[in-house]
Amino acid sequence: MNPDRARELIQLTLLDIVPDADLDGITGDADLRESLELDSLDFVTLVERLSRRADYRIDEEDYPQLRTMDSAVRFLAAHAA
Amino acid sequence: MPDFVMPSLGADMDAGTLLEWLVKPGDAVHRGDVVAVVDTDKAAIEVECFDDGVVEQLIVEPGAKVPVGAPLARIGTGEGVAVPAPARVPVPVPAMAPAPAPAAGPLPAAGEPLVTSPLVRHLAADRGLDLHAVPASGPGGVVHRADLDRTASTTAGPPPAQAPAGPPPAQAAPPLPPAVRASPMARRLAAAEGLDLSGVEGTGPNGAISAEDVRRALLPAPHRPPRTPRPRPHRAARPRAAAAPPATSAADEKARAMRHAIAALMERSNREIPHYYLTSTIDLTALTAWLRARNRELPVEQRLVPAAALLVATARAAHDVGQLNGHWIDDEFRPADRVDLGLVVSLRRGGIMVPVVTDAANRSVEQLMAALRDLVERARLGRLRGSELGQPSITVSNLGDQGVESVLGVVYPPQVALVGFGAVVERPWAVDGLLGVRPVVTASLAADHRASDGAIGARLLTRIDRLLQNPEEL
Repeated sequence: MNPDRARELIQLTLLDIVPDADLDGITGDADLRESLELDSLDFVTLVERLSRRADYRIDEEDYPQLRTMDSAVRFLAAHAA
Repeated sequence: MPDFVMPSLGADMDAGTLLEWLVKPGDAVHRGDVVAVVDTDKAAIEVECFDDGVVEQLIVEPGAKVPVGAPLARIGTGEGVAVPAPARVPVPVPAMAPAPAPAAGPLPAAGEPLVTSPLVRHLAADRGLDLHAVPASGPGGVVHRADLDRTASTTAGPPPAQAPAGPPPAQAAPPLPPAVRASPMARRLAAAEGLDLSGVEGTGPNGAISAEDVRRALLPAPHRPPRTPRPRPHRAARPRAAAAPPATSAADEKARAMRHAIAALMERSNREIPHYYLTSTIDLTALTAWLRARNRELPVEQRLVPAAALLVATARAAHDVGQLNGHWIDDEFRPADRVDLGLVVSLRRGGIMVPVVTDAANRSVEQLMAALRDLVERARLGRLRGSELGQPSITVSNLGDQGVESVLGVVYPPQVALVGFGAVVERPWAVDGLLGVRPVVTASLAADHRASDGAIGARLLTRIDRLLQNPEEL
């Protein structure tokens, strides 16, 4: 998956969960859970929907890769088709 | 058969406003059917009836504020149906509440919050009507469904026959503007953002617009995927900010009302309840390992979080230590016969809701996880049902996600205990004389000293700990 498509999927999914999120105001290396105040339920929702949209099963071991926008884009681009 | 009464939708509610009837006299209803929409200080809630029968009479008019327990409708065998229209019975209103404005009262000034039911809002959004422009026939400027029909007909067709005093015409709504195929979620999103759906490209079945399509259309231009080259003039023509002010002031109003409701209840708690507090740090090594193994087997959408197991353990412990599961009423403790677990859910824009997981002690971790996700999501969308906001027998506050280590809570009267969980953190931990790094959580108990003493409270926390050491038995 190319990085632009990965970024788009991640942004769509985050807006699902936090509809009024200001994604432009979040730097690529900011902690997403902290910046968007995601709780653990929000986070599993993020993982579930992202897995479905990218057609790639994201496992618990992969969670650290979803910490920031940059790392999540890299992760998805590298693993999802 | 008992009357259908204004339900209690949370410990902090003493009166509610009937927004809309979803049934009429003569309708057969069944236990669990949604029959009305009630506005509390926190949200508009769909309420279900608790009996099977036939609606004989609607006692309270939409727009009226009545105390909890006041009869709203008569439900019977159907022999006494009062046809045709809701009787105009004067409604008892608590002295403190302002009396509702007379029917067909003045229109609210533009920008003032409009009280309408979710259904009316959806219909208006579907038809592209601005609710502020719809003449309201309800008391206090409440817009009814019939008002929408009248407005649609004045804009789309020949002028309607004036329907002065009688009930609104029952015919079907006049022809609507060309239909746009879109999912309900997509419509809600578009309405909330002031986006015209006719300018959105649908990628769903038969070109239907999905929520995802709406979100894509709403993304700032540079984020928008390049694969939809078609121009969308409608979006540019309608800046989002234009739709914002009325929504914001209504939201502010709601936020203020919610703050007041929470303030009143917490004030009462601190005034009436002599609290005592206990805390205990619990080793979650076993739970964490068990969850990891379970999550490897489960489909992604059923994945578990530690909170689900903490809640099940709390419910089982509350069942076992019954002196903390119940209510303090008339100077005595009344134990509950099952564990109805209240969950403190923080809302994104501030404030809290406390939905209930009924009979939580008899649920598996998987079942509780499903209930937790569903309730939290709908609490945040303002879409809980009346039956989900009943009186819990004990409440849990889980602030761990906000990164704090422990929660010393305030008991929700008339309950007698509140259990708090902080964040699951890794800490040095001594086991059998050796030091290791382990995931731990701080569990706390705030309890009513009138109903129990510290030794009982300690038993509850110890029991939670014991249960969490054998997660496979939860």
